[in-house]
Amino acid sequence: MKSSVIVFPGSNCDRDVAVALEKFQIKNQMVWHNETILPKCDLVVLPGGFSYGDYLRTGCIASKSKIINSIIEHVKKGGLVLGICNGFQILIETGLLPGVLLRNKKLKFLSKNVFLKVINTDNRFCSNYKNKDIIKLPIAHNEGNFFADDSLIKKLEDRNLIAFKYCDSQGKVEKISNPNGSSNNIAGILNDKKNILGMMPHPERLIDPILSGEDGSILFTSLLKS
Amino acid sequence: MKISTEIINKHGISSEEYKKIIHLIGREPNLLELGIFSAMWNEHCSYKSSKKYLKTLPTKNVKVIQGPGENAGVIDIEDNDALVFKIESHNHPSFIEPYQGAATGVGGILRDVFTMGARPIATLNSIHFGDTSHPKTKNLLSGVVSGIGGYGNCIGVPTIGGEVKFNSSYNENILVNAMAVGLAKKNKIFYSKAEGINKSVIYVGSKTGRDGIHGASMASAEFDDNAEEKKPTVQVGDPFTEKLLLEACLELMKDDSIISIQDMGAAGLTSSSIEMASKGNIGIEINLNKVPCREKNMTPYEMMLSESQERMLLILNSGKEKNAEKIFSKWGLDFSVIGKTTNTKNLVLIFDKKEVANLPLNSLSKDAPVYDRKWKKSINSKKIDPPKDFYNKDLYESLKIVLSSANNSEKNWIWEQYDQTVMGDSIQLPGGDSGVIRIHGKNKGVALTVDSSTHYCLANPIVGGKQVVCESWRNLIAVGSTPIAITNCLNFGNPEKEKIMGQFVETIDGITQACTYLDYPVVSGNVSFYNETKNKSISPTPTIGGVGLIKNLNNMVTKNFKEIGNHILIIGKTSGHLYQSEFFREVLDFKEGPPPEINLFNEKNNGLTVLNLISKQLVNSVHDISSGGILVALSEMCFPSKIGAKITLPKINIKLHEYLFGEDQSRYIAEVKEENIEKVSRILNDNSIYFENIGKTQEKYMEVKNEFKASLDEIEKLYKYWFHNYFGESI
Amino acid sequence: MKISVTVTLKKDVLDPQGKVVKQTLKNLGYENIEDVRQGKFFEIELNENDQVKAKKIIEEISKKLLTNTVIEDYSINYK
Repeated sequence: MKSSVIVFPGSNCDRDVAVALEKFQIKNQMVWHNETILPKCDLVVLPGGFSYGDYLRTGCIASKSKIINSIIEHVKKGGLVLGICNGFQILIETGLLPGVLLRNKKLKFLSKNVFLKVINTDNRFCSNYKNKDIIKLPIAHNEGNFFADDSLIKKLEDRNLIAFKYCDSQGKVEKISNPNGSSNNIAGILNDKKNILGMMPHPERLIDPILSGEDGSILFTSLLKS
Repeated sequence: MKISTEIINKHGISSEEYKKIIHLIGREPNLLELGIFSAMWNEHCSYKSSKKYLKTLPTKNVKVIQGPGENAGVIDIEDNDALVFKIESHNHPSFIEPYQGAATGVGGILRDVFTMGARPIATLNSIHFGDTSHPKTKNLLSGVVSGIGGYGNCIGVPTIGGEVKFNSSYNENILVNAMAVGLAKKNKIFYSKAEGINKSVIYVGSKTGRDGIHGASMASAEFDDNAEEKKPTVQVGDPFTEKLLLEACLELMKDDSIISIQDMGAAGLTSSSIEMASKGNIGIEINLNKVPCREKNMTPYEMMLSESQERMLLILNSGKEKNAEKIFSKWGLDFSVIGKTTNTKNLVLIFDKKEVANLPLNSLSKDAPVYDRKWKKSINSKKIDPPKDFYNKDLYESLKIVLSSANNSEKNWIWEQYDQTVMGDSIQLPGGDSGVIRIHGKNKGVALTVDSSTHYCLANPIVGGKQVVCESWRNLIAVGSTPIAITNCLNFGNPEKEKIMGQFVETIDGITQACTYLDYPVVSGNVSFYNETKNKSISPTPTIGGVGLIKNLNNMVTKNFKEIGNHILIIGKTSGHLYQSEFFREVLDFKEGPPPEINLFNEKNNGLTVLNLISKQLVNSVHDISSGGILVALSEMCFPSKIGAKITLPKINIKLHEYLFGEDQSRYIAEVKEENIEKVSRILNDNSIYFENIGKTQEKYMEVKNEFKASLDEIEKLYKYWFHNYFGESI
Repeated sequence: MKISVTVTLKKDVLDPQGKVVKQTLKNLGYENIEDVRQGKFFEIELNENDQVKAKKIIEEISKKLLTNTVIEDYSINYK
């Protein structure tokens, strides 16, 4: 499997996710935002960070980058796209995923480990979570409060396009276990064809037992299978 | 234009100093030159009050590659890896504008580290505020915390440790000390010393604006029609640009283009150009028309004294300019050849084709004034009788009071606003004895901690200075690392007062004693004087940033209890010193008396033996006993894994409160499995270390036999949410 | 009455956001963009018909809350 990690000015999890991809034998290439042609690959990763300093709106300026058109082409051909944190924000600004990411309800940056319930394991990013659907991953963001109107929420729920929801250690999805105020505790969503995943938590940060867990690894091993 | 006495005063230059300037340059300076002198001769740049004493600090051991005097200190952490680190204050700006002040403090210290060729891998901070009830505290605290986070999070460097303290002495003078740690290759360290004649001097990064031009600029504004518009402004940090600057510099550093590099920090272009040239014992000429400016019609005075952030000065090998420019323009940064090195040993500034300044570099650096300030011995706090009835205080209630106080409660509200896990190598997060960062791609790590001790230092600066170094050393030991070196940030009041100077001299004495004995040298740091408002000075506050090496991460420990049924050992002697303790302070509001003494022999012996136990994997968890004493330390070990403890007081001649809340130094708590207890006891005995086996871990209750038994959940609630309650937030 | 307050960074204070927006607009082909400064806009409905009193209140809240006077300026627009 081959991947391309897109590097925007201000990306800061680009190296981390590249390390994770390579750890799981996914051959990765870093691609500068100013390129117009995407190298041949199966997976595009939009990494976390503060592209353009999060200025104006998070993800907004990166979504105007030259490389975006070829990513849209890649998606049309059924290629996979994973957007993590700022990458998720960029996907929303490009219109590749619906909804909007508002500031966290407490209006503060939030960095901590959270529990997630894997809602949809029937996609190419999450298939290996079938055996473990309550997981722990770190979040670190200021604008991760996913908001959508009722009809979009209904559509996401009905079509099973929600990948992750914030939950407690027992897997209960409740308001109290929602760190940022997102609608229906949503932490990550898929597009209709399920070839795009946008998520706020950082799987690339938990791929090693010494880092207090390996729940992030499962996402990468799922990709390998696909 | 004639330089009036008023202008000289406004530049903070004394009449003696002005005479010295005339003597050194053989004429009166012009306004620009005076501005340059004022920037270079002020306390911040010249260390004129502290130099004499800073020289006494130990600065070398086998691991030190670079001691004080460069942008940051450098130590050897083996396998051709080097660690570059420094701590610095940004106190005054943070009081004026907490968000930007703290943010630019973080930005400045990060630049100090990557200037030397190191990729920053961690930041830490030590922040001090006034009383929690003081009307300014809430805003200052939330502003500073979001400023630190705003900058560090955006750059993508994890904040891995820190401390937050409240004390009324900081009501009008908060402290914001930020530490950055970077990783470099031992053979690829970059220094600021210029070399060679006729080499290009290059300006990179952000444009220069009228940011933070120190009060002195007011003097220049008077001579201008637009005086109002030219008032000094607070520096605004742009972490996005800093991130680009970081990546661009590291990219350029891959080959041998750079001869020397220096970030433009305090006194911007002035101090950077002067430092580079004078270290290299050469001259430098700058054409100010080439300086990229953000505003129109900026004067040479403004350009030279601007403190705009995210800028660097480079001296490149001939012929390397083009490639360098390509890199910086790829990252969207300004790049301008603004001058060259010369053989004149002078700083020459050209503007509109005219020479506007010409100063011998020695007059600005080597010949800058150094003072031997008068000082007097501190009157150390004496043992006076504490309130009589304190032995009647309920133990459990007292524990709750201490744990739920601002200074002793958990700081999760703060550190959750800092990205702790970016870069994917954060092994121990804030809240433990030290933060631990893995060296990328290897199975070794570095332990990092920042510590200060206001109460102890005020009560007795010598003992306090010693204690804070030992505390730092102990925090590194407690995670299983070998302490290597420190960086220090010395925050004091006005050194022109004998009492304050005395605190400074004595604190340095204490630091020197401890660092020398522990072979724990100072490799970088900064001094912040004049933390004083309306004649009220802060308590003497040395902040120590400590760095240790964990050669094998499998031999690391955390403070969290691991299993039920293990032994709990107190390593080191408890004699029950309650003066200056949190128990006296929080429960009895009693603040008199001396701090606990430090016995450096015991400190070292206990520490190295504990380290030995950890490396042999004979202990399951370790925590140092510091403020709050045994009971607080035990609680902190219980909470994370919800494993309780049941202890019985040893049959010794110490009263209950003294034993459980005393703050005697050089002690650790260790969790030991049954199967290892004999071995551990033998090693401790062999090293003549006093220890007590006080009980065992148990299920979710904290229990002192015959005294109290309380559920951890109940205590933890008090410990965890002080800040949430303070800010009126839901939990 | 309806009053609006615009808060912007002071003239000489660096505006990192404005800088990035300006550069992006240029990249998108708007070559003639000279400068962009980003600010905040407040619409305030005030239950007060006396112009003088209203002005006083708005001045006060602009200074006290809406503006960080260390780095920001404000301008008031009475409709």
